[in-house]
Amino acid sequence: MDILNALVAFLNFVFIPAAAYGAQLALGALGVTLIYGILRFSNFAHGDTMAFGTAITILTTWGMQSLGISLGPLPTALLALPVGIAATALLVLGTDRAVYRFYRVQKAAPIIFVMASVGVMFVMNGLTRLVIGVDEQRFDDGARFIIAVRDFREWSGLAEGLALRSTQALTVVVTAIVCAALFWFLNRTKAGKAMRAYSDNEDLALLSGIDPERVVRLTWIIAAALMTIAGVLYGLDKSFRPFNYFQILLPIFAAAIVGGLGSPVGAIAGGFLVAFSEVAVTYPWVKVAGYLFPGWEPGGLLQLLGTEYKFAVSFVILIVVLLFRPTGLFRGKSV
Amino acid sequence: MKKLLLATAAGALLAGAASAEEIKMGMSLGFTGPLESMAPGMASGAELAMKEVSDSGLLLDGSTVVPVQGDSTCIDAAAATATVERLITAEGVKGIVGGMCSGEAIASLQNVAVPNGVVMISPSATSPALSTIEDQGLFFRTSPSDARQGEVMAEIMMEKGIQNAAITYTNNDYGKGLADAFAASFTEKGGTVTVNSAHDDGKADYSAEVAALAAAGGDALVVVGYVDQGGSGVVRAALDTGAFETFVFPDGMVGQALVDNFGDEISGSFGQNPAAEGEGREKFLAMAEEAGFDGSSAYSAEAYDAAALMLLSMAAAKSSDPNVWKNNVMDVANEPGEKILPGELAKGLEILNGGGDIDYVGASSIEMVGAGETAGVYREVSFDNGEMTVVGYR
Repeated sequence: MDILNALVAFLNFVFIPAAAYGAQLALGALGVTLIYGILRFSNFAHGDTMAFGTAITILTTWGMQSLGISLGPLPTALLALPVGIAATALLVLGTDRAVYRFYRVQKAAPIIFVMASVGVMFVMNGLTRLVIGVDEQRFDDGARFIIAVRDFREWSGLAEGLALRSTQALTVVVTAIVCAALFWFLNRTKAGKAMRAYSDNEDLALLSGIDPERVVRLTWIIAAALMTIAGVLYGLDKSFRPFNYFQILLPIFAAAIVGGLGSPVGAIAGGFLVAFSEVAVTYPWVKVAGYLFPGWEPGGLLQLLGTEYKFAVSFVILIVVLLFRPTGLFRGKSV
Repeated sequence: MKKLLLATAAGALLAGAASAEEIKMGMSLGFTGPLESMAPGMASGAELAMKEVSDSGLLLDGSTVVPVQGDSTCIDAAAATATVERLITAEGVKGIVGGMCSGEAIASLQNVAVPNGVVMISPSATSPALSTIEDQGLFFRTSPSDARQGEVMAEIMMEKGIQNAAITYTNNDYGKGLADAFAASFTEKGGTVTVNSAHDDGKADYSAEVAALAAAGGDALVVVGYVDQGGSGVVRAALDTGAFETFVFPDGMVGQALVDNFGDEISGSFGQNPAAEGEGREKFLAMAEEAGFDGSSAYSAEAYDAAALMLLSMAAAKSSDPNVWKNNVMDVANEPGEKILPGELAKGLEILNGGGDIDYVGASSIEMVGAGETAGVYREVSFDNGEMTVVGYR
């Protein structure tokens, strides 16, 4: 019984939140890694582009809700997603045309691209706030819980409760579908193979007749889809506030670098690694330990770091990886 | 030379006639930020008092009072300082209702109001640190110090039989001050504080904070936070994960927004905020209803009293200079004298103009103690089935 209680407490406070958070980071890191692999720069505007896509999706969701359209137990935002993705794709394609293409023609150094993307980040930052404001917005509807705490306690008779929010399950499921679709696209279709060829060796790809501008456009469109989906899932599961999307840039980059920049598998692994480390390091294990080792009173909370230091975990992981394995776990490009 | 003489004469004439002036009164309240849902009610309260005095025509030979609003943001001390700076130097206000939150109030008081010699009366800054601050007699508040609220909260919890509790507080002067005051008083009464940890406002997700609180355990969670900010985020995460079912809400959380956010999910929870009962409050509620706002919104009555106290003190001192009338605030607020309720400001002005004494009671039963703060009456509320009901006063 005690072991079951320990397991439930672990699932409720560590595993489920970390899995949902990890899935959101993985989607974000996939976008970062894709842009890095093909366009060869770290896109600092990633977080704020996510916020823009989410803002458009939220506005569309509200429009649909006022028209009485809903998806039953699922959030209406899923229906609004295509609109958000389309708007974001147009925006990033426009940005590429206006900003990045100039530097690409000049064959500028990657650091110049990075600095340009910082500028783009500030513009997108302002744009999002103009569109939807700085406040917190809630747009989740449909069923809130798959497993509610009270029902679980009554059903199982355990002291610990287990909650599974529908947005958490949805996040993991959608991430799995998106990843599968992306890998199928990259490995099985002609356009996907062209993208990989361009990423591996630009000159050889050009020689074999691949249109570089088409590859770039495709990359941006796929990245826009990934960014919007990641942003909407994050907003549904937690809450939408433009500033928070700027803040998750750090864990997203940590995830992409840990996995190895340019490696899609690495981005997914990195996302979960960062999320589980953040949650596990800041979780006080005293309760779980109490169930597992009855009679042991540790006298503290068995917490490695205070929750205020959550972001520090990403930093530490980044530093350790860059020091000891700069190419990341899955042998991506070195930074 | 002739022109100069003429100008001087005209100037002297003007100065003589200028006894009836236009007095600007500042308001430094958090119209944006973590308590933005409370600020409009407070501003309406203060403006109601200013309008009452202005309309009576009895203040300093018929001077009129013009309210000037400024946004203190509640959390950004630099923004609040800039706002108060603008109110004092650009607008030339003679007194300020504010600041709204403790940290911001301390910063703007020390950096701007004290150097410029302008009085601030805060309706809602409740940090114990403000009791001992070096204010040169320029700071008062119509709300009590949180040292008292901590005691009251501990009392209520003991009566309900809650022996151990976890505390989470918003990471600023208000949160830490109240959380520590409560923890000390609760422990003294025999309770156990399982954990006393901070949360930061403005985060997307509080599941990590709640996980830590849940691991420490407790019969109830004391949420010393803001209802439009992290406070609600913590409650949301705690409800979702089933970490706590009973919550205790101090003043930053008690408000209609809390009921709107959580409805019957927080049934069985309770809280308290400074609010007096009695004739003054009833009168104020009626006046507020007539003026078209909700007088029971948190700190609205205190804001009315803050504005009224300043204007009555001006009448008592026969001057709108804050360095002069600051010495009259305590006299006006306390006995002896005729008791003045909301809506009777004209009567109070008349007595003061005639050289008499008044004891301003106002909407929140003002009785100034110590360094210029009220002794404090708290309203105990409980939340059941999606409604907030007033249990009593203590």
